[in-house]
Amino acid sequence: MALAATLPATRDPALAPRLALTAAALLLLWPAVELSELDPRALLDGNNLQVMGRFLGSFFPLALQADFLSLVLRSTVETLALATAGIALAIAAGFPLAMMVSQSLSVSRIGPARRAWLGPALRVPVRALLVVMRSIPEIVWALLFVRAVGLGPAAGVLAIAVNYAGMLGKVYFEIFEAGDTRPARAILEGGGRRVHAFAYGVLPVALPEIVSYSVYRWECAIRASVVMGFVGAGGLGQQMELSMRMLNGGEVATMLIAFLALVMIADQVSSILRKVLV
Amino acid sequence: MSGARIVWAPWAVLAGCAAATAASFAYLGADFIALLSGESARQMAKFAVGFFPPDLSAEFLRRVGRGAAETLAISALGTLLAALAGVVLALPAAGRWGWPPRWIGRLVLNLLRSIPEMVWAVFMVLAAGLGPFAGCLALALHTTGVLGRLFAETLENAAPEPARALRDAGSGTTLAFFYGTVPVVLPQFVSYALYRWEYNIRMAAVLGFVGAGGLGQLLYTTLSWFQSAQASSVILVMILIVSMVDVLSASLRRHLGRSGG
Repeated sequence: MALAATLPATRDPALAPRLALTAAALLLLWPAVELSELDPRALLDGNNLQVMGRFLGSFFPLALQADFLSLVLRSTVETLALATAGIALAIAAGFPLAMMVSQSLSVSRIGPARRAWLGPALRVPVRALLVVMRSIPEIVWALLFVRAVGLGPAAGVLAIAVNYAGMLGKVYFEIFEAGDTRPARAILEGGGRRVHAFAYGVLPVALPEIVSYSVYRWECAIRASVVMGFVGAGGLGQQMELSMRMLNGGEVATMLIAFLALVMIADQVSSILRKVLV
Repeated sequence: MSGARIVWAPWAVLAGCAAATAASFAYLGADFIALLSGESARQMAKFAVGFFPPDLSAEFLRRVGRGAAETLAISALGTLLAALAGVVLALPAAGRWGWPPRWIGRLVLNLLRSIPEMVWAVFMVLAAGLGPFAGCLALALHTTGVLGRLFAETLENAAPEPARALRDAGSGTTLAFFYGTVPVVLPQFVSYALYRWEYNIRMAAVLGFVGAGGLGQLLYTTLSWFQSAQASSVILVMILIVSMVDVLSASLRRHLGRSGG
């Protein structure tokens, strides 16, 4: 008896508020359940089960015919090429865009300059352009370019170029701004030209981060280019989509393995590149 | 010796990158300059002009609104399911029951994570039929792999003292876990899940391309029917959602960083 009196409460004192919070969260989630048509019974539907079961069953054995493997190899190289070409264009476009919105090279911030209105007038629309470029997901760009230039890897290259130029432009801009701007200003105040201020004042400070982020984006581009193939933008994804449509599991499984190997290799290459360059 | 290596290595790597880029363009064989000039540029311009003005009729906006709500619902439920499944798989993967379950748990998580959402979505459309439920499942499967691994790492790095103190005081293993370990790891779990939700909103917007509901499905149908004006309003809403999520999460992070730091 005495022992029971000294023991603290054996029930969790916070139980009631926690249950209330959970109930409130569930109540809020109810519309989401309705909207997403959450219905586990669909998974057990006889027809669906049969289709899925047959598809999964056909994953093994893998498709290893010589001509199919050479097709997989060609698509894998195409994926690699389209990601590399896309990121090269994105860097080429992102760099000047970032320089246009950056203020670390603004002469008018230091003192009176000729055409001082030009800077802000240029900055606002370029910034809006960057937002639009990166806010539209790459796969939407891919679908738009497939409509515009036709099926194939060219659409994928352009989609990566536009979307990633928007992202790289924003990140380069942030790197330019976050770095120490005093060297650049010293050059500008000393009468140096803006090109010199950029090359000798901004770039040396910002370069390691720029390289490291660009390499990381290349890795992302490889992953994305596989997905973009699903709307017809070339590479491994396009072949995978075709095989899926035919419910040819063996081919899908082989290509998934090729994709995983590609991603793993890209991972290694990017970490080596970063180690050497940064 | 090593000084000399540091000087030439970056240049060699840069030259290699340039060569790889040139080889990529050569392999693709597409003439991008021709693609962006002359007749095809005119066609592209015509295609682009078709997107203006966007269709802002009340009737179509209602459909876009429903698509947007569906997208948010898919991302929220998919992330929630993934967080729950992630915790269940993270327990064995964190080595709570010895190495065989740990090894199997990690294998399952890696498998779930390495298959992209879009591929899962195609599988789930087969398994559950067209519609948002397939998208929800696809997001949940991939995200389970991502969150499960992060959760397992958090569990492995969590301070063991509170749980051990409870066990030493005579509480059972389960209770010690709930009152000793969970409070330690919960904030980290929640922050990982929220970060992933942010990413999943963007993803849910495009999963519909393979028939998994939401804004993506609407965009895909309108583009397939060459309804450019309608497609352009869907894209506008996508931009709106993505930039709103961007701004909200940035300000939330700043706020949390200030109060937390």
